[in-house]
Amino acid sequence: MSEKATPLGAVSRRQTAALAAAATLAAPAVFAQGTAGTLRCAFWDHWVPTGNNAMRELCGRWGERNRVNVTLDFINTTGNQLQLTAAAQSQSRSGHDIISLAPWDVGSYADRLESVDDVIGRLTAKYGPPNAAAEFLAKQGGSWKAVPATSGTQNKPACVRFDLMKEHAGIDVQAMWPARNERGPGADTWTWETFAQAAEKCQRAGFPFGLPMGQFTDAVDWVGALFAGYGAYMTDARGNPTIRGNAKLRTAIEMTVRISRFLPNDVWAWDDASNNRALISGRSALVFNPPSAWAVAKRDAPQVAEKCWTIPMPAGPEGRFIAFLPWNSGIWAFGRNKTAAKALLEFLSERESAEITTNTSFGYDIPPFATMSDFGVWEREGPPAGTIFNYPNKPHHQATASIAFAPAPPELATQMYIQALNTKVVARIAQGGDSIDAALGWLEREINSMRRG
Amino acid sequence: MAFLMTLPLILIIGGLVVWPAGYAMHLATMNRRMTAYIGLENFVILLENDTFRMVIFQSCFFAIVAVLLKALIGFWLAHMLHDIPTKGQRKWRGMLLVPWVIPPALSTLGWWWMFEPSYSSINFLVNAVGFPSIPWLGTPWWARISVIIVNVWYGAPFFMIMYLAALKSVPEQLYEAAAIDGATGWQRLFRITLPMMRNIISITVLFSLIVTFANYDIVRVLTNGGPRDMTHVFASYAFQVGLLSGNIPRGAAVSLFMFPLLAVVAFFMLRGINQRNKEMA
Repeated sequence: MSEKATPLGAVSRRQTAALAAAATLAAPAVFAQGTAGTLRCAFWDHWVPTGNNAMRELCGRWGERNRVNVTLDFINTTGNQLQLTAAAQSQSRSGHDIISLAPWDVGSYADRLESVDDVIGRLTAKYGPPNAAAEFLAKQGGSWKAVPATSGTQNKPACVRFDLMKEHAGIDVQAMWPARNERGPGADTWTWETFAQAAEKCQRAGFPFGLPMGQFTDAVDWVGALFAGYGAYMTDARGNPTIRGNAKLRTAIEMTVRISRFLPNDVWAWDDASNNRALISGRSALVFNPPSAWAVAKRDAPQVAEKCWTIPMPAGPEGRFIAFLPWNSGIWAFGRNKTAAKALLEFLSERESAEITTNTSFGYDIPPFATMSDFGVWEREGPPAGTIFNYPNKPHHQATASIAFAPAPPELATQMYIQALNTKVVARIAQGGDSIDAALGWLEREINSMRRG
Repeated sequence: MAFLMTLPLILIIGGLVVWPAGYAMHLATMNRRMTAYIGLENFVILLENDTFRMVIFQSCFFAIVAVLLKALIGFWLAHMLHDIPTKGQRKWRGMLLVPWVIPPALSTLGWWWMFEPSYSSINFLVNAVGFPSIPWLGTPWWARISVIIVNVWYGAPFFMIMYLAALKSVPEQLYEAAAIDGATGWQRLFRITLPMMRNIISITVLFSLIVTFANYDIVRVLTNGGPRDMTHVFASYAFQVGLLSGNIPRGAAVSLFMFPLLAVVAFFMLRGINQRNKEMA
């Protein structure tokens, strides 16, 4: 995923090499205003080339208004550099005041982060509560330990080649999910069952869906959303495995195995860029991705881009879930200027700031508040006009933002997520030839191993 | 005075070797939150884990096969170079060393482009001669072979240059005497060349074994341990478990796992070299 954001550093190993020289801290931007102290921020270095400009502009404006020296370091996830920075600062108890945290890191560092209940309280009063996945990740032990960020946060809906889907699977996705706040005819039939049938038809026509099945975030996220749609959870909220006798989990795995049979035979090695390439090259009828794949196609293969249409993920028996990968902004408990840090994060989360952030990233960034799913940028971007209208999670989608391996506690879920237990259990069956019972036995042993120690 | 003169070196070794190693050992005995001492529990957990047992097998398979191939190819290349007249030898030596001087992360990226699942240039050639595409990185055994190929490509020049130096130090008179006695090529190889190179072979193999066991970048760039963890080696698995998954003590235990075994191997190999040196003296 060379142009898009994968916060957990999925692509990073290759970008590490390709950008080795550039994979250092960006030169800090300093907004020296005066007397109310200094605020040191480590923000995620945006994949979208202009993405950091919004943060520079907003922090500059806020620093000037509040007479605070704001120092910005944009740290990329190439080589997991941002995650390593957080780990080092957590260990040494020194560093920035504000730091961008990958989805599960809030839970990992909860006892070293300042509570931001007051900030979230005021934002909730204005904009309603953040979505459920954001709350699950950022609220630890009953207290908000980070502010769900707009910059870098992404959904992973389906980016569909509407022409191929209509021709080979008989599904008119533009009619089903029009660029209006309403469901079109057939939207209710957009289920994983319909999806599997369409996958088979498109595969037979030579345009298989480009769904990765490896260990990177795009793979883990779409499989996680499918599992959630079937109510298939591997653990309970306390981390106890819920695998034995779990019919929903078994059904979800069987559906994923079935879909995997209609994918290109090398998807087990795909990274987060492979699905983008599959779409952009015109070889694939559907990928699950933020609009970055479409945006690159717009630049490199406009004939493909103008036939792309973003729609929500299919629904399962337990509802429609959309893969959601959020960034969070945490304030270290050992930070020196926590009051100013809270004020800045509140400012960055306000609607006007969020819209500037989203506009600057051409619609890529998703605010965590449902009431902010109506920014104009998602209506304006094209071609075709309205192609990413349905990228944010809108009320008529009747979808829930989800993250794979919820509701497991963070210290367990982060291990399950990074080690991609959901795609591996499918791979053991579909590629390795294990029986479903053997694969589930392996899954339970892995989870128990992660819980120990 | 002598102590003072050596103090900087002692401090460097203490700060950069002893302290980090000791800290890693300390970490490996902690629980996940690093709040309680749990002794060797992390090692017990690892040994009971299916994936880690597979990592042990893969690390050993990867290191042994790769070092063996590097040694054989390096030995063959060294002989080929040794037989080239001195004038032309330099340019060949330079060219053959190129893989070794390129940072492995970058060269592996080049290999990844050639193996790339969907648009492999190697598969383009394979198809051109009428064979079907090979899923280089998509199936476990091909992925393991791919990782070994890249490691051998990168490491063989090191063996070549070491063996070439060793070959050049073998006295020519020994070969002349053998020729007078009517020795065959194989006899010269087994009775003169190999015994004379035994020490350098031992040291090279030992160093390479240690470095190959600790290899990280090739696996990380090429396969990230996949598919299904079947190309993970100790270092890549330690990174995944320790840093990415947030279980630093478990990651430390993974990275320390081979330390005792490698220490024993190193002890015996170095002792053998010392003994041979004494005999020769």
